Amino acid sequence: MTTDNQYEYRAIKGFAISSLFWAIVGLLVGILISLELVYPSFNITPWLTYGRLRPIHTNALIYGFTVPAAFSLFFFLVQRLGRTRLAFPRLAQATLYFFNIIIVLAALSLFAGMTQSKEYSELEWPLDIAVVILWVMFSINIIGTIIKRKEEQMYVSLWFILATVVGVAIVYIGNNIAVPVSWFKSYSIYAGANDANVQWWFGHNAVAFVFTTLPLAVFYYILPKATNAPLFSHRLSIIGFWSLIFAYLWTGAHHLIYTPLPDWIQTVAIAFSIFLIAPSWASVINGYGTMNGQWEQMRSNYLVKFIILGITFYGMQTIQGPSQAVRTFSALIHYTDWVPGHVHMGTMGWVTMTLSAGFYYMIPVIYNTKIYSIKLANLHFWLVLIGQLIYSITMWINGIRQGAMWQAMDKDGSLVYSNFIQTLTPNYPFWNMRTAGGVIFFAGFLLFVYNIYKTIQTAPAVQKA
Amino acid sequence: MNVDKRPVVFIVLAMSTILIGTVLTTFLPLFMGTAKANLEKVMPYKPLELEGRDIYIREGCNNCHTQTVRPLPFETARYGPPSRLEDSAIDRPHLWGSKRTGPDLAHVGRKYPAAWHYLHLKNPQSMYPQSNMPAYAWLADRKLDTTYSERKMNVLGYPYTAEDLRDLSDKNEMDALVSYLMRLGKETKD
Repeated sequence: MTTDNQYEYRAIKGFAISSLFWAIVGLLVGILISLELVYPSFNITPWLTYGRLRPIHTNALIYGFTVPAAFSLFFFLVQRLGRTRLAFPRLAQATLYFFNIIIVLAALSLFAGMTQSKEYSELEWPLDIAVVILWVMFSINIIGTIIKRKEEQMYVSLWFILATVVGVAIVYIGNNIAVPVSWFKSYSIYAGANDANVQWWFGHNAVAFVFTTLPLAVFYYILPKATNAPLFSHRLSIIGFWSLIFAYLWTGAHHLIYTPLPDWIQTVAIAFSIFLIAPSWASVINGYGTMNGQWEQMRSNYLVKFIILGITFYGMQTIQGPSQAVRTFSALIHYTDWVPGHVHMGTMGWVTMTLSAGFYYMIPVIYNTKIYSIKLANLHFWLVLIGQLIYSITMWINGIRQGAMWQAMDKDGSLVYSNFIQTLTPNYPFWNMRTAGGVIFFAGFLLFVYNIYKTIQTAPAVQKA
Repeated sequence: MNVDKRPVVFIVLAMSTILIGTVLTTFLPLFMGTAKANLEKVMPYKPLELEGRDIYIREGCNNCHTQTVRPLPFETARYGPPSRLEDSAIDRPHLWGSKRTGPDLAHVGRKYPAAWHYLHLKNPQSMYPQSNMPAYAWLADRKLDTTYSERKMNVLGYPYTAEDLRDLSDKNEMDALVSYLMRLGKETKD
């Protein structure tokens, strides 16, 4: 029987609440920019233009939602899987305060246009340094707690946690090396094609370590816990883990197909992107294999709904992505709305569903209570599922239409749609549908936050740790 | 070897694994001839163009516009010659973009006169009623901040004259942005 005195939960609670707050901010900005694409008068200048808000949307949800959710869940997992208390609880509290200061400054700086323009890497150099310091503080607690663990063998979730810790550090530092001009402005140390290559090595491996290994760490813990069934194959998770973190690093240039980057780098990236289907599906197979004989739980256990839909979206994402790397398909859909359609299946489908399952499991445990409402959790599930599908399906259709119109040529070699605006105006109905999808998703997410809030509020009084 | 019982060994192994693909696809190309453009051909930025580029970055124009023409027939028919390494060889950071909400701009400096850009930036809908581009008229109301203009040129190693810097003194932000847009497509001496 565990009490707060055995495990450190304060920072876990703080990071969970922070992540839900910044998620709401990020989602609201997402809805706003979706509207701005249809109604340009919403671009109240200069702070609220699409060009300034889009990085706030991406950064708020990557660094404001996903990262603190991971800090929260990982501090929980390293203690529970190691059967030991967090190594440095006061450092964890300091990390929490420092994190929130950085996020506020990040948002303000991006509103003001202080950006390096490199995607998911926009923050200027002083905040980059702060992020690195924050990550070191976090890593000390993660690695320190793992080293002092009482359970000798590290369960697979801990491997994915360690991969996240080192992977994010390497790619974030690598892409952000810059020469300052002033406190608020710097220039990348890399130029032209090299800068593009480094940027997308970073970009795709941010996906690897923030959007793949991070949720997989949660997935591998929640699935057996929620179903009470053993993991299907330990060996498969070993093979999957090492081949995943090996192969991902070669794939960045699949974002640069048909650009001036040397062909061999593109071809290598395409080959490894196709290969990457195998390590990714190791986890999908592990998920479905664990469900063998347990499929009734999809209906009866709301946690299983989230985890299994999550890993299903992961499976689709990791086939769709590699297919986009193939040159012929890239030629059609690169630069179109297909790409955000793809991105948001991963973020709304895989990442958010899995982290939601993580919180739904963890919050009752650390507050020594039960979830406030299973009915609301099920409603949350259906709303985010429907919202996500509307978002991605409309964007895939629209993306194919855009690509096809851009490609359309008459027999004499002239463009059918010679004026770009002709390919823009058909976007509007699809963009409005996408906004509706986002609003439905957001409604589901608000139910989730409410459910967590009520769970905490109605929890029995616990001893102060 | 039971790596999953030894966290430090595990971390070292994981980092090494991560660094293999990194070094081969991202680090080595920095030093390889194939990724190095013929820098002799590339025109350096003038101070006004550079300030304009920084405004392009500040306003996030790269979120809706690319600057990479692909070597595909339908693409070159629409935008011009395929982008070359030289076109962005001195750009720090690159602005190749990843989304075309609006058209590619790689050769836009050869497509329209400067006056067109002034009109379009002030009110895109006056030229294309269906356009969703925000209006940037307010850029013309802001005097260009030249506090760091010289330092920027020095950090980037671009040549300039005192006259180039004096040229900035009566410019607004729209002047700078237009001057940058007019450079796109004219990066090399040919």
